[in-house]
Amino acid sequence: MTLDQLPKDRPAVIRSIEGERSPVVLRLMEMGMVRGAPVSVRKRAPLGGPLELRVRDYVLSIRAADAKRFVVEVAE
Amino acid sequence: MTGAVVALAGNPNSGKTTLFNKLTGLSQRVGNYPGITVERRLARANFGEDIVLVDLPGTYSLAAQSKDEAIAFEVITGRTDDPAPTLTVIVVDASNLDRNLYLALSILELGRPCLVALNMTDAAKEAGRPVDADRLAEQLGVPVVPIVAKKGEGIDRLTAAIQSALADLPAPYARAWRLDDGEEAKIAALAEKAGHDGIALWAIASLATTSPADVPVVEAQLVAAAREHVALADAIIEKRYEVASALAVASIDRGAGEATSRSDRIDAVLLHPVLGIFAFVGVMAIVFQSIFAWAEPLMDLIEAGVGAVQGLVTETLPEGAIRDLLVDGVVGGVGNVIVFVPQIAILFLFIAVLEDSGYLARAAFISDRLMARVGLHGRAFVPLMSGFACAVPAIMAARSIESPKDRLVTILVTPLISCSARLPVYILIISALFASDETILGVFSVGGLLMLLMYFLSVVFTVGVAFAFKRTMLKSPTPPLVLELPPYRAPEPMAVARRVYERCKVFIRDAGTIILACSIVLWALVYFPREPDMEGFSPYAEAVKLRDATKAAMFTARTQKQRAEIQERSERAFERLRQRSAEKRLEKSYAGRIGHAMEPVIAPLGYDWKIGIGLLASFAAREVFVSTMGLVFGAGEDVDEEDATLRDRIASEYTPLVGLSLMIFFLLAAQCMSTIAVVKRETGSWRWPIFMLVYMNVLAWIAALIVFQGGKLLGFT
Ligand SMILES: Nc1nc2c(ncn2[C@@H]2O[C@H](COP(=O)(O)OP(=O)(O)O)[C@@H](O)[C@H]2O)c(=O)[nH]1
Repeated sequence: MTLDQLPKDRPAVIRSIEGERSPVVLRLMEMGMVRGAPVSVRKRAPLGGPLELRVRDYVLSIRAADAKRFVVEVAE
Repeated sequence: MTGAVVALAGNPNSGKTTLFNKLTGLSQRVGNYPGITVERRLARANFGEDIVLVDLPGTYSLAAQSKDEAIAFEVITGRTDDPAPTLTVIVVDASNLDRNLYLALSILELGRPCLVALNMTDAAKEAGRPVDADRLAEQLGVPVVPIVAKKGEGIDRLTAAIQSALADLPAPYARAWRLDDGEEAKIAALAEKAGHDGIALWAIASLATTSPADVPVVEAQLVAAAREHVALADAIIEKRYEVASALAVASIDRGAGEATSRSDRIDAVLLHPVLGIFAFVGVMAIVFQSIFAWAEPLMDLIEAGVGAVQGLVTETLPEGAIRDLLVDGVVGGVGNVIVFVPQIAILFLFIAVLEDSGYLARAAFISDRLMARVGLHGRAFVPLMSGFACAVPAIMAARSIESPKDRLVTILVTPLISCSARLPVYILIISALFASDETILGVFSVGGLLMLLMYFLSVVFTVGVAFAFKRTMLKSPTPPLVLELPPYRAPEPMAVARRVYERCKVFIRDAGTIILACSIVLWALVYFPREPDMEGFSPYAEAVKLRDATKAAMFTARTQKQRAEIQERSERAFERLRQRSAEKRLEKSYAGRIGHAMEPVIAPLGYDWKIGIGLLASFAAREVFVSTMGLVFGAGEDVDEEDATLRDRIASEYTPLVGLSLMIFFLLAAQCMSTIAVVKRETGSWRWPIFMLVYMNVLAWIAALIVFQGGKLLGFT
């Protein structure tokens, strides 16, 4: 499943990052969204608005279209 | 050793500015790096006379994705005009260790002498995850000093550590991770060309993106070589994060509880789908109201003060051109500069409070969906909204927008927003040329509707032009929303005060000089020549005639009452004469000649040379149009938009269609030298202010032409 589909408040781990390394994707990777990193969705704006994520120890907001590039797996 | 340079590097929100302020006195120098708009902040250290501190832009990485990162890299490695810093202090936020250590590792790997200042140790403790600085130092192999910059805790130990590091530079850091042998061989080959392993890694990460921007002048051959290895970027980033996580795990004493808390509870309200919008609108309303209304009394005070100084100079100096220059050119020009200070101070007071508290990032999050439709970032909202009060502080506020292109688009369209200086002009025109009190449908007054139309059109044009720029000249995709929402924190009054002071200072120093110069030029255009050809009209001869006539009349007067009447009539006649000669003088001044020369250009819009002078003078500030029209129409200089004589004169000379055309022109034209000056300051060159001047005035001319000629075709007059 990709990050934009992750249910709210469900801890997950990034499995892979798809597609080209656009500046946004690279920036997000450098901000800690690499393979193996823990993430969860903290809030989700309706109608495809931005997502609010918890990444490592901080809160980050990104657009759903960018979140699509991150394949995640729910941590048990 | 003279002039050791110590650079401060770190993530945004790591408390870098707070620390910088604690380590320096009041002697901060704020400027720009040559040729670009990244701010350069220098100051002498307060703990050692010969130490200079440089504050680098706060970044998440060094990979050159924007000018901020590029500058941080160039400064640390000594690629700017200045020598490389002797020591780099890396500010690390202890409450957000993984991400902060990632940047720390990227910097350390460049091999320059470094020291870590572990900040926010209080916040880490509070979150139940205190960091053991000694263990971190041991694992990292670099000195680590725990501090709480906000409260000044640990600053003494940090300054001592800086001094001992300067005396005995720490050994270069050795990279703590390795890729597999084949990949390492590639890096080694690249390092040979780059001169250093860390620079090779930096080049790979900088070029890995599909559209690398702002890669600074590193050797072209290095760029070419690094481009072949961009596939390694993923692995480099992952490895660094592995090391960072391991360091964090080793040095954090895990307490009980999750690192959530107060911020989550506040966000439950402020980012709530419904409540959050109300809070947002409320906050924006307060900001808007304050620059619009609360600055007003202060501005009046400044104007009164300027008036008093002008009075004083007039009294003390002998009559002549020098006095007039000082009074109207210099003192008036200085007044034109400082009158902006209240608005700038108040806007930046709010921005500093909102930013330091953490709300500004939330505001951008909330307004992002709206702004993204235009193709702009949520951060453009506050500057654009501030434009309704005044474009000058609004343009300065655009510096919070990261992407240079988007910042430029925002700067270029902000003056299209109908600022408060246009208001007196609208009022004058509407009340003089339209039946403004007449009602439509019983509730709306004509005046109110026209005013509403102006504001509506201003928003339409702003959005439209921004849209057009984003798709053509400054083409760039809708900026990514990668927005850290930092924990809520109480802003520190001293830091807020400093920001406000700094903005005002930069404005007065950089934009103020241009505004002053323009004020003097405009004054001279109206003032000279002193002995114009008045075409047979001689104020002196007229005055003599008047005096003689009065004398003669007085001679024949019998009663006291008659004398008083004659006296009064003669005074009125003198006043009219004064106005007429001022009118004539203005017509014959350089400004008047320019007004005449403008006629062929502005006649198709329905304007004559008188309006031409008004347009020229309104370059000092739009509201000056009103007093200039007063002068042109002989109603005296001290008129305001409510003046009945001026309205009647205007009503007798122009039609409502001219009025509409004029309002549209004012709506769109770049007429304000202060705006131009501040755009020059913020973009660092004359290119963009000149472009703005051209595009806005061409747009204004075309729109006014369409209104006037179209109106005529439709049979309006
Ligand atoms: N709790 C805590 N807050 C701090 C500390 N240092 C700075 N702050 C606050 O963190 C916020 C960001 O600080 P600032 O210096 O502007 O960060 P910069 O973006 O790195 O320049 C401000 O609200 C500061 O008052 C600290 O040691 N502890």
